Amino acid sequence: MNILKVNGISKSFEPGVYALSDVSLALEKGEILGVLGPNGAGKTTLIHTILGLISPSSGWVEAFGIRLSAQTRAGILRRMNFASSYVSLPLTLTPRENMMVYALMYGIKDRAARCDETLGMFGLEKLKNKPSRTLSSGQMMRLALAKALINDPEILLLDEPTAGLDPEIARKTRQMLKSLCSERGMSVIYTSHNLWEMQEVSDRVLFMKGGKVLMQGRSADLLGSYGAKNLEELFFKALGEDK
Amino acid sequence: MKASHVAAVALRQLYLYKRSMARLMEVVYWPTMDLLLWGFLTVYLRRTSGQNMPKFVSYFIGALILWDVLFRAEQGISVSFLEDMWSRNLINVFVTPVTMAEYLLGLIVISFIKVAAAFVLLSVLGWALYSFSILKLGASLLPLVLNLTAMGWAIGIFTTALILRYGLEAEILAWALGFVFLPFSAVFYPVSVLPGFLRAVAAFIPASHAFEGMRAVISGARFPARELLDATALNAVYLALSLLFFRRIYRVVIDRGIIPKIGE
Repeated sequence: MNILKVNGISKSFEPGVYALSDVSLALEKGEILGVLGPNGAGKTTLIHTILGLISPSSGWVEAFGIRLSAQTRAGILRRMNFASSYVSLPLTLTPRENMMVYALMYGIKDRAARCDETLGMFGLEKLKNKPSRTLSSGQMMRLALAKALINDPEILLLDEPTAGLDPEIARKTRQMLKSLCSERGMSVIYTSHNLWEMQEVSDRVLFMKGGKVLMQGRSADLLGSYGAKNLEELFFKALGEDK
Repeated sequence: MKASHVAAVALRQLYLYKRSMARLMEVVYWPTMDLLLWGFLTVYLRRTSGQNMPKFVSYFIGALILWDVLFRAEQGISVSFLEDMWSRNLINVFVTPVTMAEYLLGLIVISFIKVAAAFVLLSVLGWALYSFSILKLGASLLPLVLNLTAMGWAIGIFTTALILRYGLEAEILAWALGFVFLPFSAVFYPVSVLPGFLRAVAAFIPASHAFEGMRAVISGARFPARELLDATALNAVYLALSLLFFRRIYRVVIDRGIIPKIGE
């Protein structure tokens, strides 16, 4: 069952230049879709368009069977969440205060317990009452991930979520995401420049370049059809073919 | 409109004021400094000018306190919005189910709390240091304060729309735009002092009617019904226009993909 559909989305910020060009994808329940591409490929623009931060020039987004529009956006976003290494949380507030604010924004009922539970999932219990500015960049990213899980989202959009995390925490984060997907049916769109990580975490991958989708499918299928040993080799082959 | 969403926006700002000395100073320190500096200068001027201006201290201290109401109301919205930009938190907020209307209302709530805190502080100081009781304004006090708050909100919403559109390049407006109205609002002097063409400008500024009304009450003349009515009518128009402007800018911002650019 498709929980998210992106149909023929294009976005042009200036005449003749497309940040996204006829992008289509479907995300199944419980699936992790890795979005790959060089800088400027349109990965982040795609995520922002799905979140309704950018309106497409053409095409549409549908989540939970509801077409995304100004009228339906709040209802859709209640069931989604987002984390990015490019976005932060207020540093003056403590992790717990930040979580309490977002718990209220997402209408969580037992806020205090849920905040402590999600902070605990990322090993932030001991830091929860210290100002967030005392956290390292890796701890801040863990806090952003905890925020992203506060509403137990059905769709999670992650823009380079493991940037700044040490390898051990990054591995644990990927494991946690995989178990949340398999146990709770959470679906994830995940961008990263780390191709090894993508290979480990993604059920399917989507390659983008210049705002276009070059290819998408199951990693094993794509590797087979391109005769590549791993995603890194596939990545360079895909870019080479596109040239 | 969900009360919990509005409360969340306000709570984020309240947490900030709890923890940030700099933000607390904005509500306590600067208004107090203004009152001390200009208040004592006023006392000195009255003493040296003899009995020519018996209500001078009252006019001036009253004007200082009420101008601060307008200024805090404006900053309560625009600077609170800037807080989310400075902390790179804007995208996180804008991808929650909180609508723009709820977000703006949350900023209005926090603005109201800031106005109330600064107003109480300045009123107590005005009474303690200059024997000026703001309660002198009697029944007109609440409508005067509400009108100045409403004008502050209209400027704050307008400023916030410009910051949303142009990013941090426009942040100076959060401090500067309110002051544009200061010379024409007849805060410390009557409108009659202004030259003819500026009197025409003042007629379109709600604050000028409010401050004329304040002076009318302090001089013991009358309840400033006409001034309050004029100020209220103008504020209703400006608030509506500022909200329409904000909505228009928000659509432009979504269309041009500006939020991710200013929010990261």
